[in-house]
Amino acid sequence: MRLTLRVWRQKNAGADGAMSTYEVDGISPDMSFLEMLDTLNEELILKGEDPVAFDHDCREGICGACSLVINGDAHGPERTTTCQLHMRSFEDGDTIDVEPWRAAAFPVVKDLVVDRSAFDRIIQAGGYITAPTGSAPEAHATPVPKPDADAAFEHAECIGCGACVAACPNGAAMLFTSAKVNHLGVLPQGAPERESRVLDMVAQMDAEGFGGCTLAGECATACPKGIPLFSITRMNREFVRAARKAR
Amino acid sequence: MTTSAPSGIPAYTDYATGEPVADTRAPAGPIAERWDTRRFEAKLVNPANRRKHTVIVVGTGLAGGSAGATLAEQGYHVVQFCYQDSPRRAHSIAAQGGINAAKNYRNDGDSVHRLFYDTVKGGDFRARESNVHRLAQISVEIIDQCVAQGVPFAREYGGLLDTRSFGGVQVSRTFYARGQTGQQLLLGAYQALSRQIAAGNVELHPRTEMLDLIVIGGRARGIVARDLVTGEISSHFADAVVLASGGYGNVFYLSTNAMNSNATAIWRAHRRGAYFANPCFTQIHPTCIPRTGDHQSKLTLMSESLRNDGRIWVPKATGDTRPPNEIPEDERDYYLERIYPSFGNLVPRDIASRAAKNVCDEGRGVGPGGQGVYLDFADAIARMGRKAVEAKYGNLFDMYQRITDEDPYRVPMRIYPAVHYTMGGLWVDYDLQTTVPGLFAIGEANFSDHGANRLGASALMQGLADGYFVLPSTINDYLARNPHQEPVDDGHPAVQEVLAETEDRINLLLAVDGDRTPDSFHREIGELMWEYCGMARTDAGLRKALARIPEIRQEFWRRIKVPGTGAEFNQSLEKANRIVDYLELAELMCLDALHRRESCGGHFREESQTPDGEAARRDEEFCYAAAWEFTGAGAAPTLHKEDLVFEYVHPTQRSYA
Amino acid sequence: MTRTLWHSTVGKKAVMAVSGLIMLAYLVVHMFGNLKIFFGPDTFDAYAHWLRTIGEPFMHYEWTLWVVRVVLVAAVVAHATAAYQLSRRDLRARPDRYVHRRPRASYATRTMRWGGVILGLFLVWHLLDLTTGTVHAGFRPGHPYENVVATFSTWYGNAVYLLAMLALGLHVRHGFWSAAQTLGAGSRTRDRLLVTLANLLALVLTLGFIAVPVGVMTGLVS
Repeated sequence: MRLTLRVWRQKNAGADGAMSTYEVDGISPDMSFLEMLDTLNEELILKGEDPVAFDHDCREGICGACSLVINGDAHGPERTTTCQLHMRSFEDGDTIDVEPWRAAAFPVVKDLVVDRSAFDRIIQAGGYITAPTGSAPEAHATPVPKPDADAAFEHAECIGCGACVAACPNGAAMLFTSAKVNHLGVLPQGAPERESRVLDMVAQMDAEGFGGCTLAGECATACPKGIPLFSITRMNREFVRAARKAR
Repeated sequence: MTTSAPSGIPAYTDYATGEPVADTRAPAGPIAERWDTRRFEAKLVNPANRRKHTVIVVGTGLAGGSAGATLAEQGYHVVQFCYQDSPRRAHSIAAQGGINAAKNYRNDGDSVHRLFYDTVKGGDFRARESNVHRLAQISVEIIDQCVAQGVPFAREYGGLLDTRSFGGVQVSRTFYARGQTGQQLLLGAYQALSRQIAAGNVELHPRTEMLDLIVIGGRARGIVARDLVTGEISSHFADAVVLASGGYGNVFYLSTNAMNSNATAIWRAHRRGAYFANPCFTQIHPTCIPRTGDHQSKLTLMSESLRNDGRIWVPKATGDTRPPNEIPEDERDYYLERIYPSFGNLVPRDIASRAAKNVCDEGRGVGPGGQGVYLDFADAIARMGRKAVEAKYGNLFDMYQRITDEDPYRVPMRIYPAVHYTMGGLWVDYDLQTTVPGLFAIGEANFSDHGANRLGASALMQGLADGYFVLPSTINDYLARNPHQEPVDDGHPAVQEVLAETEDRINLLLAVDGDRTPDSFHREIGELMWEYCGMARTDAGLRKALARIPEIRQEFWRRIKVPGTGAEFNQSLEKANRIVDYLELAELMCLDALHRRESCGGHFREESQTPDGEAARRDEEFCYAAAWEFTGAGAAPTLHKEDLVFEYVHPTQRSYA
Repeated sequence: MTRTLWHSTVGKKAVMAVSGLIMLAYLVVHMFGNLKIFFGPDTFDAYAHWLRTIGEPFMHYEWTLWVVRVVLVAAVVAHATAAYQLSRRDLRARPDRYVHRRPRASYATRTMRWGGVILGLFLVWHLLDLTTGTVHAGFRPGHPYENVVATFSTWYGNAVYLLAMLALGLHVRHGFWSAAQTLGAGSRTRDRLLVTLANLLALVLTLGFIAVPVGVMTGLVS
């Protein structure tokens, strides 16, 4: 396959960026999108040019590092992570636009790499269950109904990639935040911190400069792990409940 | 086995054997009481004084994340590093299948002693009994801890935890969260760590990579690290340093490790005096997706749990190119079930991998290049129904389909072994302390618990055991016995030296300006290692590799091209700097493999096999862990043997037939 | 609690949802009342008069109406203020657009902001036209039937009204469903019901309101 790539290049956080055009040839449909970029980078290095910087690590769709907006879609046309997107999803001769996540809370570090530490701070604000090592009761002391365990798991699947923010017209982090609120909120172990967790995490989310939710639904469509939009609804309910009960 | 090179110049194979090394920390007495005894004997640091002690933790995976969180909970000041942009992305996250624990919830005859026994046997009698027993004891606490943190383990309808069975054992003791157990456990540790970061007890440095160890007065006192965004190289000081930087499987270029997983932290520590034990013990995982071409950048694992219900086979005839569905039942060879009737498809990983290699070498492999075997779920789907298979393995099937564009519900999966885990690592004693006082190694970075082969679902167990329970107890003893270490800063000559060396190396990499990319060297050394130090190793092959590695190293320093500067976000520079260490580590792995003229676990020497092709251990000669001491780049290292004594599980030839 | 709500994006949305639902409830009643116009001037004018006497003798003349007006004004102000503040925040949160654009979300979702502004402007005109009569030539207080017919006898009266009612339909369509989600009433099993209800409400309101100008235009009401 022969492709034309238009890639966002930006030297560093302070610099201005622009789209640059590259031609790549000899692309196999079995390559992953990142392997296609590897090919481009190998050529750029040999030409003495700066290779395209992009975040990636596990390349099996679980670490959440990869983060490219491809032809306007976070993670590209398939419902998966960029690393699990294969070139068979494109046609020979295609022109492909590659851009970084765009959100005020995710400033560009270089090229396609953005700073997502805002997500970490949202978790730090309350996305945990306080259970210091050694304090745990026997695992079977509290049975968890299977539907609750399954629901917790469904929300816990979030990989923190930030596609939801990238896709959201308001740069909102609602889906990310709600996934954690709900993962911990449906479990009996998470009940003691149920109210403070949602209030603190939402407050941090706001403080980071993410936008608000207009329920456009773009986040859930872009989410490679299929976290449902209803996750946001559930967090809203938790939030109002917590605000009512706030002590 | 000391031989001289023909030229008379000491060759790398001319290693010397030094004083034996021994673990002096494990107490004597009945094995089941040793951990209690050790914890009682260990000196404690007064809770009020803990804040004054700084501990550096490198890595935020299961071991590092859990250790950082727990040390901070205890009151220590923790300074933690990870190369990823967030601690949540450490590669533990990719572990799929599950975590073992001797809970015996199934009442199927499991016990701490059986888990201990299975692990020692699974590791082909090359692990230290005391450590393994402690691991089995702690396993039950890990599950309790993780459940309390909100890890959404799979449950049965009654609300109790579900388990499944895994390779190498006959009980069902593996707890799991669909195919994402590693992710869920890591997020648990990450969240615990996040709580401590918010509380100000952990100072986190993401996108920062450790490039060297600072040793002052014979003790580990800090690290030199590079900020991957700004390129700034800086020193960080502490009273103790904990390496939780994972394994070194990426030496092979293609592996199931993350792209950026690397050996730099442990290799640099090794160069500063920490012994490196059993470097050749590499686990080749049997169920990975076969490679599709030269563009391949990494390999993807399919959880071993698939072997619970999937059946592995190849055509009976060589060169059979019919599609799998057209090959009749009686022309299929379910070779694992045939050779190992009692364990069948659930034999340990090393055995499954080698069997796959053997049938492919016979020309019966399937798929492109004949490098694959079938993992077939047709029977499972017929027996349990598609829904049940979907519930159990849905995400793995989806992943397989995404990568290969084949539907595993209809066409059997194709799998092939790939490098997955390294049992070797920094030598540590029972306290998980390396030979450099004050330097600890936990998780995959150390060598301690898996011997020559790790059982499935045991890596998560070990990482969390080390991080949550073992290290936080043992490091107390070190800190209590060394309460007032001299303060150090950048002005100290030893620190200046390490900083200067690090900067020189970076500058040199940038200055060569040759004509080959970092990846091209990585691929070259990786292919060499896979060929000669992979699933089957021979004396001649290893010698060939040992001759070739120094040449590649020379070529590297002549021809490497790293664009850009050191004072910026520069991924090529990061990569090149890691390859520098692979090029030395690879040599040690080959030497270790060469010197161990026996087969054991994942280390298969063709010269040492039973008449029916199984690994033949040679206990009389090699019942030891090989701890190597660094003596200089390219110079022969010194071997220190730790004799392994088996008081409870008596070495036998492993049999899974 | 009020502070917690007003100072967070989620809470402010809840305020928008509640105020929106108050207005929506009012609109449903309003729409039903409007339909009385098809029963002739006497019925309609009597109904308009009755509105001022609700609650008598406990409530004095027009008191109830004023209570309703105060609640509605509060709802409008809260809704608009929250919308303005949230919109500003949303725009700041996504300062850079993607070079590669593609259509996003549904039409109703994307037009919430401008639709809201249109409805706000319409509301002002509507009050000046049919409540105070400020912009209504020949306005006769106490004769709503006549006033309504007069308004819808002009082309611009019809144009403004029809446009506004279309905007209302779209706004309610996404707004009702969105309010349900914001207040946490949605769930996987209930989603279809909510979507259907939102569409139904939008349709009924739009058709119900449009019926009046259409009635005037067709001569059914004169």
